[in-house]
Amino acid sequence: MPERAILSGNEAIARGAYEAGVVLASAYPGTPSTEILENVSKYKDIYSEWSPNEKVAMEVGVGSSIAGARTLVAMKHVGVNVAADALFTFSYTGVGGGLVLVSADDPAMHSSQNEQDNRNYGKFAKIPVVEPSDSQEAKEFVGLALEISEEFDTPVLFRTTTRVSHSKSLVSFAERRVAEKKPELVKDMPKYTMLPAFGRRKHPLVEERIEKLKAYAESSPLNRIEMADTKIGVVTNGITYQYVKDALPEASVLKLGMTYPLPTKLIKDFAAQVDQLYVIEELDPFFEEQIRLMGVDVAHGKDLFSLCGEFSPQLIREKVVESSLTLQDVAEGLPARPPAFCPGCSHRGIFTILKKLKVFVSGDIGCYTLGALPPIQALHSCVCMGASIGMAHGMSHVIETGDDLTQKTVAVIGDSTFFHSGMTGLLNSVYNKGISVVMILDNRTTGMTGGQENPGTGKTLSGEDAISADIPAMARAFGIQEVVAVDPYNLEEVEDTLRAELANPQLSVIVVEAPCVLRYRISKPVLKVDPEKCTGCKRCLQVSCNALSLIEEDDNSYVEIDPNLCVGCTVCAQVCKFDAIS
Amino acid sequence: MKNINILLAGVGGQGVLLASQILTRVAMAAGLDVKQSEVHGMSQRGGSVTSHVRFGDKIYSPTVDDGTADFLLGFERLETLRNAHCVAPDGKILYNTMRINPSTVASGEASYPEGIEANIKKYAADVIAVDGLGLAERVGNVRAANTVLVGAISSFLPFPETLWEAQLQEILPAKLVELNLRALELGRQAVAG
Ligand code: SF4
Ligand code: SF4
Repeated sequence: MPERAILSGNEAIARGAYEAGVVLASAYPGTPSTEILENVSKYKDIYSEWSPNEKVAMEVGVGSSIAGARTLVAMKHVGVNVAADALFTFSYTGVGGGLVLVSADDPAMHSSQNEQDNRNYGKFAKIPVVEPSDSQEAKEFVGLALEISEEFDTPVLFRTTTRVSHSKSLVSFAERRVAEKKPELVKDMPKYTMLPAFGRRKHPLVEERIEKLKAYAESSPLNRIEMADTKIGVVTNGITYQYVKDALPEASVLKLGMTYPLPTKLIKDFAAQVDQLYVIEELDPFFEEQIRLMGVDVAHGKDLFSLCGEFSPQLIREKVVESSLTLQDVAEGLPARPPAFCPGCSHRGIFTILKKLKVFVSGDIGCYTLGALPPIQALHSCVCMGASIGMAHGMSHVIETGDDLTQKTVAVIGDSTFFHSGMTGLLNSVYNKGISVVMILDNRTTGMTGGQENPGTGKTLSGEDAISADIPAMARAFGIQEVVAVDPYNLEEVEDTLRAELANPQLSVIVVEAPCVLRYRISKPVLKVDPEKCTGCKRCLQVSCNALSLIEEDDNSYVEIDPNLCVGCTVCAQVCKFDAIS
Repeated sequence: MKNINILLAGVGGQGVLLASQILTRVAMAAGLDVKQSEVHGMSQRGGSVTSHVRFGDKIYSPTVDDGTADFLLGFERLETLRNAHCVAPDGKILYNTMRINPSTVASGEASYPEGIEANIKKYAADVIAVDGLGLAERVGNVRAANTVLVGAISSFLPFPETLWEAQLQEILPAKLVELNLRALELGRQAVAG
């Protein structure tokens, strides 16, 4: 092991967990948090797993903590919504071994459906929040957060943002801490069994704990003042601290590494030393509101800075001092380059037919959400993990049945998302006499996050053989009569099956089994376009494959296939009316 | 030394991240502070990709602000133009002339713009076009185009050739090292003189 390396925030958190003596780590993949567990799994001293969803990951972590082991649980910001039920009462029981819950937030929604600010969870669940601003801190703060967890008998929320999770910087290493004692089960009912009688005793203790944490925050090494010129003082956190240091090198800074609860005295002292206090934080006015409630005079905060998106040094410079940069104009009118299904992806054929049938497609979260982008544009709603089936069920119960396909719903959901939280929606739909068509796009991986294992893949996170959950058998066990399989590369079969099931007045499940081509690298002989037969009608281009391109010559246009990209899936050939592709 | 800001821009799958990794490792080996930032997730699957690399005595922000890139290293011509405004007034643009159609062009909704090369020239006094694909073909692997570009930018950075070669040897699988060393050299030659 080298002494120093360039690590991403996520790799550094994994290293921090290793050094701090973490024994168990659990997670559900989600950008920008995924690489934490992928890297933890490289340390053989830590047991690590992908759980089917964030709530289960949290529960596994709670169990490990109660058994006395240091524990890390990781997820993306919206995952905490799923895990919140376990988290909020775990705040009452407190921990055995220290537990850190990493919440990787995504300001600017680089890869998310919303940009919620999870610092609010600290206040809501009454637990401390720790936030690093680079990889070195990410590594060190994991150890400090575990100490806080054990000292104050509380889970700790460890919040990162995409720019901390996915930025790389230098990190120096230390040895792994050796635990004083081994995990051990100790029966302590009043602590861990939250019956009302025990829970009532806990609540005042939780309030007391926050007071103790406030006192700790005053002198914690996580918070520090960097005094410089006193004209401007900035209270900030996380990646914004780095932006402030670049944008306002002269300013004094109060850098908060513990972002809940706040150190009142430290903030007041700092405010008293500067002429103007700025509070600069991405997303919510989380500090600003609390600082104003302390009676501190805040010169500027959200009056200047947006509640939305990411900041940058330049943005801060512009808002606080005038920008000295004259910027060049962005080149205009350039064609966008959105992501598209990989060449050969099994979703392409499915969406080509869904579009043709003009049904309402109730979507879910995964690569197939790209079916909403042009030119396909055949995915009409997407709210959260596992929601597609329940939403389609709700829609179909308020729409009068008839033959109009535009008024019929098809839910699409991937294997990993089905295991995450689609299963309960499906059970509900069969129980409550749903009539939708549910397509489970089983490509045997968690595709969007880069191909992680799940209960269907036959492998665990550490690469051991495992069960491979049988989705058709599960659907039948739920009581669904109509469970059919289709080959997504046979468009006729997809269309016939969909038409038949849409006409069927019962709930039906269509299972599409075809492995993700990115993960499993499948390829068949490459196809070619016959320029004599191709009329340049562009029909094939509607399947949105990056291997296809239109060649336009003066009075002639035709399509070409890039042999380096094509994997021979034949979808484009099947939509060609002139038989020009083979 | 003055901090150096590099913005890399290309298409998912082109090896932008590998090139960033070489740059950051060379800077670290030279004893500098270094930060790199990219966003992955939706940017894969053939979408636009950018990566920010900064090094110097002390680096705070891991991102390169618009108008402050000392170098824009473009892996594809349209992506180079899309990011050309990020270059500093005295910055350099080094780019691979190759063309990759975005899905919007492949589907016939938009067309690939004409005159990209002339437009790129408007953004900086110092613009160097490299036939990365052609040079990579010469070493027998089109995927080495990213190393050609690394070779090109290495000529303008204050690190000895041996540092670059050592990093390639460390991170690449043994069977790819020889080929990439040649790609690195071709990149250097392409911008010499
Ligand atoms: S990663 Fe897999 S599932 Fe996702 S678009 Fe590519 S082939 Fe399809
Ligand atoms: S056969 Fe057609 S759709 Fe399939 S990968 Fe090749 S070009 Fe793309």
